[in-house]
Amino acid sequence: MPVRAARAAPEFVPRVRHPLERWLRTDRLPHIWCSGCGLGTALSAFLYALDELGWDPDTVAVVSGIGCAGRVAGYLRLDTYHTTHGRAIPFATGLKLAKPDLHVIVFSGDGDLFAIGGNHFIHAARRNMDIAVICVNNFNYGMTGGQLGPTTPVGARTTTSPFGNFEHPFNLVHLAASAGATYVARCTTLDGRRLQKALVEALSHKGFTFVEILAPCPTNYGRRNRLGEGLDELRYYREHMVIKHGADPKEADIAPGKPFLVGKFVDIQKPTYLELYQAKAREIGGEG
Amino acid sequence: MRKAITGHKAVAEAMRQIEPDVVAVYPITPQSEIAEYYADYVHNGLVRTELIPVESEHSALSACIGAAAAGGRVMTATSSQGLALLVEVLYIAAGLRLPIVMALANRALSAPINIHCDHSDAYLARDSGAVQIFAESAQEAYDYTLMAQRIAEDMRVRLPVIVNLDGFTLTHTVQPVDLLEDEVAKKFVGEFKPFAPLLDVEHPVTWGAFAMSDYYFELKRAQEAGMEAVPAVFLEVQRAFAEVSGRRYEGFFEAYKLADAEYALVVLGSTAGTAKVAVDELRARGMKVGLLKPWLWRPFPGPAVAEALAHLKAVAVLDRAFSFGTMGALYEDVASALYPLEKRPILVNYIYGLGGRDITVPQLVQALEELPKIRRTEWALRYIGLRE
Repeated sequence: MPVRAARAAPEFVPRVRHPLERWLRTDRLPHIWCSGCGLGTALSAFLYALDELGWDPDTVAVVSGIGCAGRVAGYLRLDTYHTTHGRAIPFATGLKLAKPDLHVIVFSGDGDLFAIGGNHFIHAARRNMDIAVICVNNFNYGMTGGQLGPTTPVGARTTTSPFGNFEHPFNLVHLAASAGATYVARCTTLDGRRLQKALVEALSHKGFTFVEILAPCPTNYGRRNRLGEGLDELRYYREHMVIKHGADPKEADIAPGKPFLVGKFVDIQKPTYLELYQAKAREIGGEG
Repeated sequence: MRKAITGHKAVAEAMRQIEPDVVAVYPITPQSEIAEYYADYVHNGLVRTELIPVESEHSALSACIGAAAAGGRVMTATSSQGLALLVEVLYIAAGLRLPIVMALANRALSAPINIHCDHSDAYLARDSGAVQIFAESAQEAYDYTLMAQRIAEDMRVRLPVIVNLDGFTLTHTVQPVDLLEDEVAKKFVGEFKPFAPLLDVEHPVTWGAFAMSDYYFELKRAQEAGMEAVPAVFLEVQRAFAEVSGRRYEGFFEAYKLADAEYALVVLGSTAGTAKVAVDELRARGMKVGLLKPWLWRPFPGPAVAEALAHLKAVAVLDRAFSFGTMGALYEDVASALYPLEKRPILVNYIYGLGGRDITVPQLVQALEELPKIRRTEWALRYIGLRE
């Protein structure tokens, strides 16, 4: 069977093609996400952020793990890698160390980044590895059918907690801040422009940065928790989110029916892993 | 009681009847529904199991090992990459002689990522020390999950047992399954008898201690003795199961129209169902063909396989996974089993069905029809359904 050559990037024609198409492998579309899912908005905001930053696409690499959010890597017309479950951050770490000039971005989900891959998250943050981690948090394992995950709120129903979750979930904002992230923000997919701004800041910030994107999962999480359609989940966000910059990350817990914080929680500077590594190399007489 | 259920549900029903003390499990396609059904049983109060929705498969089997060493009856289920992640501790479960039963919804290993059936996950655990059983149907997956518990917990064995069922082909398809009455199933499986449990505080023990060059070898030899005990226990359990269920599984493998056959296939799992149709078609055309379908793959019942195949002219062994750089693992098992014979059939090895590639009756008919033309056993892989 003959091997098909990769298709050339579509010529950009204003008002005929979608302005984000040049970032996408359009031959891989339509995407697999359910109607009402927040991943489309999250991906759009990410691509608008890349547009705004104006980086040469050859300097951007995106790494995903497994799950619905993990599919992002496959849709991007960039250097991308779809890792095994949970291993996006170690892959990104290797990539960044081998090519420090690359903008390395991890785009994955709550289950991938904080359950099976949780260890990697805290250590990359601790080292202040110069990568951006974007987590689309839909409060369950959407891809495999809506099981209980590390961010499932107390009381929420999933396929493995049919009478409601009784485990404490992670407060991802607090976790990232305590592990050492130098930029931490949380947005919802209701706020495309605020999200874009947070992503621009996170991507251009030096050091380990983290953006949590709260996103509807009407097929699995929303349905089992009677949250209605994707739009209803966005209405829920509008009614419950409290925008507060500089809030204490400890206050960023999320509980069903209760107000929750969005905004920028951490924005600091400290030496990155590579800077410290180079300083140590110089100290012991190397080139750095 | 006959029900139309999926392979998932069949396994989950067996687990419900076994009612382990602990189930620790992590979602992965195509296994997740086993955990979901079981979660329903737990939360509806049908079982008294502690269900732990852990953060990875490595944690799942680690939690199972802890619970088993504490003296509990424990089970889990996984697939593909999940199996790959937990293999580290699977060796430990076997080395500690812990009778953990695990359903494995067979799925191809990455890369490239794929969610459909092949046997690369089972082959990865081939040398782990776990007993491995393959099911052809949801019925067999149910029956062997019940039987696996008895085999694992037999004091002569005390090893983890993997019950393989083909991902999607068996896990997601609805099939008629005869379920035992709960009391019958529970009585068949019996009460769990912990051995040297950590929770027996009157008799403190240490699990997982160091063994260097002084004792490691002897302990591994003792582990092999557990494996050596499996065939006899397997047959005993099959007989006991026949008494309560009326379903007679006799032997380590199903020998389908093999007794008077001249040519045969050897194949694991659901493809055996397809192979039976191919055998019937060729029999109708007068070709004497048969099928050998191992239920027990680890330990491999070599002498029995050799005896069953010795009279054949040629045999095609089908592997649903590469063992890169050498012949297929099942082929190597069959070839080793046949080697001691003075007169043995010609053997060929086919790799088929990787990543869920369909395998059809005409393809198997063709493989059987080609057997008489093959003059000698060759060190070369052949392929079914591959575009080259």
